[in-house]
Amino acid sequence: MAAGVAAWLPFARAAAIGWMPVANCPMPLAPADKSKRQDELIVLNVSGRRFETWRTTLERYPDTLLGSTEKEFFFNEDTKEYFFDRDPEVFRCVLNFYRTGKLHYPRYECISAYDDELAFYGILPEIIGDCCYEEYKDRKRENAERLQDDLDSENNQESMPSLSFRQTMWRAFENPHTSTMALVFYYVTGFFIAVSVITNVVETVPCGTVPGSKELPCGERYSVAFFCLDTACVMIFTVEYLLRLFAAPSRYRFIRSVMSIIDVVAIMPYYIGLVMTNNEDVSGAFVTLRVFRVFRIFKFSRHSQGLRILGYTLKSCASELGFLLFSLTMAIIIFATVMFYAEKGSSASKFTSIPASFWYTIVTMTTLGYGDMVPKTIAGKIFGSICSLSGVLVIALPVPVIVSNFSRIYHQNQRADKRRAQKKARLARIRVAKTGSSNAYLHSKRNGLLNEALELMGTPEEEHAGKTTSLIESQHHHLLHCLEKTTGLSYLVDDPLLSVRTSTIKNHEFIDEQMYEQNCMESSMQNYPSTRSPSLSSHQGLTTTCCSRRSKKTTHLPNSNLPATRLRSMQELSTIHIQGSEQPSLTTSRSSLNLKADDGLRPNCKTSQITTAIISIPTPPALTPEGESRPPPTSPGPNTNIPAIASNVVKVSAL
Amino acid sequence: MRGQGRKESLSDSRDLDGSYDQLTGHPPGPAKKALKQRFLQLLPCCGPQALPSVSESNVEDEFELATVCHRPEGLEQLQEQTKFTRKELQVLYRGFKNECPSGIVNEENFKQIYSQFFPQGDSSTYATFLFNAFDTNHDGSVDFEDFVAGLSVILRGSIDDRLNWAFNLYDLNKDGCITKEEMLDIMKSIYDMMGKYTYPALREEAPREHVESFFQKMDRNKDGVVTIEEFIESCQKDENIMRSMQLFDNVI
Repeated sequence: MAAGVAAWLPFARAAAIGWMPVANCPMPLAPADKSKRQDELIVLNVSGRRFETWRTTLERYPDTLLGSTEKEFFFNEDTKEYFFDRDPEVFRCVLNFYRTGKLHYPRYECISAYDDELAFYGILPEIIGDCCYEEYKDRKRENAERLQDDLDSENNQESMPSLSFRQTMWRAFENPHTSTMALVFYYVTGFFIAVSVITNVVETVPCGTVPGSKELPCGERYSVAFFCLDTACVMIFTVEYLLRLFAAPSRYRFIRSVMSIIDVVAIMPYYIGLVMTNNEDVSGAFVTLRVFRVFRIFKFSRHSQGLRILGYTLKSCASELGFLLFSLTMAIIIFATVMFYAEKGSSASKFTSIPASFWYTIVTMTTLGYGDMVPKTIAGKIFGSICSLSGVLVIALPVPVIVSNFSRIYHQNQRADKRRAQKKARLARIRVAKTGSSNAYLHSKRNGLLNEALELMGTPEEEHAGKTTSLIESQHHHLLHCLEKTTGLSYLVDDPLLSVRTSTIKNHEFIDEQMYEQNCMESSMQNYPSTRSPSLSSHQGLTTTCCSRRSKKTTHLPNSNLPATRLRSMQELSTIHIQGSEQPSLTTSRSSLNLKADDGLRPNCKTSQITTAIISIPTPPALTPEGESRPPPTSPGPNTNIPAIASNVVKVSAL
Repeated sequence: MRGQGRKESLSDSRDLDGSYDQLTGHPPGPAKKALKQRFLQLLPCCGPQALPSVSESNVEDEFELATVCHRPEGLEQLQEQTKFTRKELQVLYRGFKNECPSGIVNEENFKQIYSQFFPQGDSSTYATFLFNAFDTNHDGSVDFEDFVAGLSVILRGSIDDRLNWAFNLYDLNKDGCITKEEMLDIMKSIYDMMGKYTYPALREEAPREHVESFFQKMDRNKDGVVTIEEFIESCQKDENIMRSMQLFDNVI
């Protein structure tokens, strides 16, 4: 029942008076309206914009948020209104739905934002009114395609390691940009296709005369050379076809695909020519077969996106093309008949039959006008002019449809390419944001320890030690810290860019607590052999999960918890680098946390020895101290801050 | 093609692209005339002198549709005329105006609104009878005053008033008495509202039997018609009917 009609229910119930006198049995009791409150105005405050409506309006749809008691959760006692911290623009549409019973989709709204709002208010998108439903569905489909694209390319990326040889080959064939071999193959085949097509063309060019005979085409003059070229091309094509056939995931489907048919048709004539003898009867057919060699030019469509789009457009415009053909045929027949009978009277007329007039009609309608057949009678000329005028119209009608289809598909493809290009930038952004947040956590952790140190010492170093983290951040960091303590592992960051900005300085204030931690870290670090230990793999797993999509180059030391011993040898290298470059590099940081992060001090740095986190040092120097110093472990320290040395040890881990 | 000239083919194209008059949902009448008029303007033979008469009636037609917008009398007057409180009238009017922005209900609208409450059966006949009962001045439309007046009687009137109103509903030709045929029509329309899928299945003769039993009960002097006095008298004697009349006290 539509919402608006609900207001007419009293009328419908009153109209039942007509049934009462004729009823034979007693009527059931009416439902009592227990809460007989007067209809009241409800104020809905959505992000500051106040909407007011009757309570009964909202109660029309009791299975939505606003119509049920769920809205009581949003009731603000102080202001006696319902406050929703959501988008007021979309809320307008939602409220109109209650008022009119029709849900509209505003075109300027982002589809996912709109979907989110609908989900929040408990309204199914299926009830969008007819007026807006198509638009909504189109946008939704586009969005879904985009997401699917992203998902597919993600899957492609992730599934790379596990491809078999055959799959890598197929992938190389289909996407030449995946590896250099594929690119080479791509260009080589392209080159040979061009060579083959050009030889076919040049073969027929008259090539000067051999003395004593007439002018020969080049093909016959240098027949051996051309034959060799042809053989070479066909061999390359055959090899390519066989390789593709081998690599295809579904051979049957591959054989049936258009491209493979083109391949086969392109190379068949050669083999047939080889097989066939110089029999005079079949050589005519053989010559015809050579025509098929021109199909080699279609092999270019693997190399050209535009060609593929053109082919796809023609396929999708099949109905328009069919209509064009049909209407042209109709018009041709009509005008040919008319012209034939009009010109029948004139002598020596070229319009000998209706089929003969077809040629004239076609030439005229397409405005070619060769002039080999012209009408001579006046009636013929009149109809001829009508024919040419109508030809223009008939041809001009379906052409824009085809053109617009092509344009639409082409732009779609371009959009897909653009999205793929933007994907890289987007992933980089995501990565930076993620590492930024975990970086912030690590900095704040060190800050926390430093703060404790400073408090114990009573040094008012607030401006250096105190990071103004928001409450939410500090709570988040506390949470991560608790997780670390629970599992006995620790997070680490290995993004080279971000890790440059580490803290320096002020290590003179560190107290023994730091040293203790540091020692523990030393020992725990030293517990790890340089070879990959099984215990590390689990840590590895942990770290990979928190900071996904690490690049393979972990050629740097993470900026967290570097024991002093390791750094000792690198100090010299590091100190010079770090202290100078700290400030400038900070300004390049995206995350504001990182800006303040440099204030955080590194608790694990021994005062006199280390000043900063290394980070910028490439792995090889980092590994050497690893191998050098192996003092016996004092005690197996708490596994709290397992340094990312682990990563170094396992080297190019999946971090 | 109809072969009546190009204006017909133009209106054919309007049918093809489905342009309909938004107000009534029918193919546009005045718009068609406007189209013809515009086409005639194109032809040099039809000079401007031929057009004004066409355009005037066009404009009038368009205005007619647009300006029919009825407003009820003031709230105070309605309060006097009916037994509803101010708030109740407000609520009723808001619902009324929401569904009929033009301020009046015609028979089609009425049927449509009523049918929304009975999705299974066919309530159009009964709705017609209701419409005729509400439309006290028989001008083919029910405005808010009529609407509220009827509701006032049914929901706030005395039992006798209600019975009177029901009699008025049954008396299709308003001649003061109910014949068997009238009653049969009413009965059929009520049964129609149930639809085809009922348990037990609707028998053909059920309405007629029901009418017979009704007349048995109501027709005192067995003259084949039921007059208003007979009707009220019989209803007052029937416990069920009296009790059911009280159902309407709490509807609004």
